Amino acid sequence: MVNSLEVRQLAYAYPDGTQALFGVDLSIARGERVALLGPNGAGKTTLVMHLNGILTPGHGTVAVAGTPVRKDTLKEVRQRVGLVFQDPDDQLFMPTVRDDVAFGPANAGVRGEDLDRVVKNALDRVGMLEAIDRPPHHLSFGQRRRVAVATVLAMEPEILVLDEPSSNLDPAARRELAEILRSLDVTVLMVTHDLPYALELCERSLILSDGVIAADGPTRELLADAELLARHRLELPYGFAIPAV
Amino acid sequence: MHVPDGFFNAVTSVSAGAVAAAGVAVCLRGARRELDDRTAPMAGLVAAFIFAVQMLNFPVAAGTSGHLLGGALAAILVGPYTGVLCMAVVLLVQAVFFADGGLTALGVNITIMGLVTVLVGWAVFRLVTGLARGKGGVTLAAFLAALISVPASALVFTLLFWIGGTAPIEVGAVAAAMGGVHLLIGIGEGVITAVTVGAVLAVRPDLVYGARGLAKPLLLRGAEGTTTTVGEPEPVPVRGALKPFLLGGLGLTAVLAGVVSFFASSDPDGLEAVAENKGFLDQAADHLFGGWALADYGEVGGIPVGVAGIIGVGLVLLIAGGVAYAARSRDKIKV
Amino acid sequence: MGAGHHHQLYLPGGSVVHRLPPQCKLLAIFAFAIVVVATPRERFWAFAAYAVLLGVVAAAARVPVTYVGRRMVIEVPFVLFAFLIPVIGLGERITVLGLSLSVPGLWAAWNILAKATLGVAASILLAATTEPRVILIGAQRLRLPSLLVQIAMFMLRYMDVIMEEMRRMRVARESRGFEARNFRHIPVIARSAGALFIRSYERGERVHLAMLSRGYSGRMPIIQDMSASAHQWATALALPAAALAVLGLTW
Repeated sequence: MVNSLEVRQLAYAYPDGTQALFGVDLSIARGERVALLGPNGAGKTTLVMHLNGILTPGHGTVAVAGTPVRKDTLKEVRQRVGLVFQDPDDQLFMPTVRDDVAFGPANAGVRGEDLDRVVKNALDRVGMLEAIDRPPHHLSFGQRRRVAVATVLAMEPEILVLDEPSSNLDPAARRELAEILRSLDVTVLMVTHDLPYALELCERSLILSDGVIAADGPTRELLADAELLARHRLELPYGFAIPAV
Repeated sequence: MHVPDGFFNAVTSVSAGAVAAAGVAVCLRGARRELDDRTAPMAGLVAAFIFAVQMLNFPVAAGTSGHLLGGALAAILVGPYTGVLCMAVVLLVQAVFFADGGLTALGVNITIMGLVTVLVGWAVFRLVTGLARGKGGVTLAAFLAALISVPASALVFTLLFWIGGTAPIEVGAVAAAMGGVHLLIGIGEGVITAVTVGAVLAVRPDLVYGARGLAKPLLLRGAEGTTTTVGEPEPVPVRGALKPFLLGGLGLTAVLAGVVSFFASSDPDGLEAVAENKGFLDQAADHLFGGWALADYGEVGGIPVGVAGIIGVGLVLLIAGGVAYAARSRDKIKV
Repeated sequence: MGAGHHHQLYLPGGSVVHRLPPQCKLLAIFAFAIVVVATPRERFWAFAAYAVLLGVVAAAARVPVTYVGRRMVIEVPFVLFAFLIPVIGLGERITVLGLSLSVPGLWAAWNILAKATLGVAASILLAATTEPRVILIGAQRLRLPSLLVQIAMFMLRYMDVIMEEMRRMRVARESRGFEARNFRHIPVIARSAGALFIRSYERGERVHLAMLSRGYSGRMPIIQDMSASAHQWATALALPAAALAVLGLTW
């Protein structure tokens, strides 16, 4: 089976000369839920921006479901990679929730009743159907993040990439989002430094540090290795301990 | 200083509208060339930014405060084409959604606060950065660009008001007063613009349109701390060279000074100012009780005013179309 | 001039005026403004009639006159300018209350005040009865370039977000005891503006990313469309038509 995501020897520097990635290798199989862990400034966001061709690799390759990310495949790749941004305000750019969720499918040519059905279905999957005609800025932060997930789900992506999905959520919203993510039948790459959330949702984790993949293994094992975590400026919250396997 | 309805006569409003439309059309093309499909969200966000900073009131002298126009700032940060678009949209939104600035004065507003500030600001900026290089040069250029753009805008306003305004004024005195006051405001605008550009340069130099082009080769970091160098990045060219903008500015000036005055001054208000200066008081008094609407006075120089107006608008459209066409053919040569 | 900017003018309602398609209202208001501007200033009665026409529209839209009145403050800077014109104007002068005023200048001041006031009132009525996003749909129907409409759409969507960021920065400054009082404080404000630009620009990039991820290719998909019937056009255009009739009658 083809992997959902395949990254080889990826290196990148920003136009001002600051290099963020120094040869990243990773692969994610279809149906996996993987956490990408790393401290601030490790290059997580830069990596994510390569996954749907927002940034063009300075060196190396990225492939989504076997399709290499290149200029001529961008359109296809972008529909297969569902990016959920850290700030839902970035994602919800249309005047109403309905327009926003419809944006992706409408770009793909879905119209009329079909469009309506797709929109309602996606909103239903995140439990936000009743907010369909409201403007995004009237929703709570947690609701906006759920709608943001719906906008991406409406595209029926191969892989869902979430950037810090738990940030700024209160405990209840955090739990609701976890339930929604678990209920989805889709490959997930979750970028976070919320280690308990990674443990709760992902079997496998990767640690990105200084622009390279420093560790790759079962989340439980990585988080139990205090020395490894410390080396990469990662820490479990106070009072949190990984139960013995 | 959003001009409301009634400040300018109908002919001037319409011809300024044509100039603004042509300018915006050229910039739509130019911005799309620079930003591609990023144009809409980027220009939209920058427009929202300009809208926000226009609310920053800064103290000018004891008791008085000015507020930012932002045209030069927009030109330096995002480039002249996108800068004009942002200013135009800000003015459009202010007029239609906030009733700030008259609907019929939209063309005048976009011309003086969008086109003039951005074009003058960008021209000065490019001239100064051509002479003084480096970050210091950029900051100095930003200051001078913003400083000059404000009185330039005020002077164009005065000029327009003289030829097509609805009040008789002593153009020299008003120009001096407007220019003087706005030079003072321009200092505030200049300082804010320079420090803002400097602050962006310090953190995200790649975002400053007017200061592009520093990049180093890439490093690959191996497992044992070994490093290999790969690939030379392509330098990003600074688009929007000085020449087309000087040409654009020249074209704009020609349209404003020549054509608009030609037929707008067929409106007696503008003529009257001249007549006053030359001592033809009786003529002016005569006018006082006459109307000034389009086609109200029979003829000017043998041409009915209405026809003159139509010819004038046609000429403006022709010249504006020519500017747009020139911009497009330049584009083709480049590609 | 800053005040009044950030308040949305829209006043929700279900009146005839509210329900008119936006393109009809835009064109009607624009035509009305042109008729007003083209009216010779000596026709006092015409201006009074225009004011009555706007009053009728306001009544039909159930927009209180006080609401329109409050929003008129936007005009204040130019009212001041208008009062200045008779003082600096040329031509024959008369003495009023010991002040020597230019007669053409007085005419000009009256001209600007009357036309600007009518124009602002008309714009306020448009904005009060039409949701911003709906106005944009109307503008698109009127063949305003789609790119401009999109830029305006993004600006409207993110205006509040950016103003909120600006407000937070000001709170952060002031909670550390800073207050802009004189010229020397400008750099501090400007550095905030620099930070605000970076945030806005980066947000623009992220919004663009979000759009690309969902298949954007430079064109907005048409999700909602509004067409206008001949009857609706006739209703909306009654305003400029009436104004034009007034202009003709007072000729």
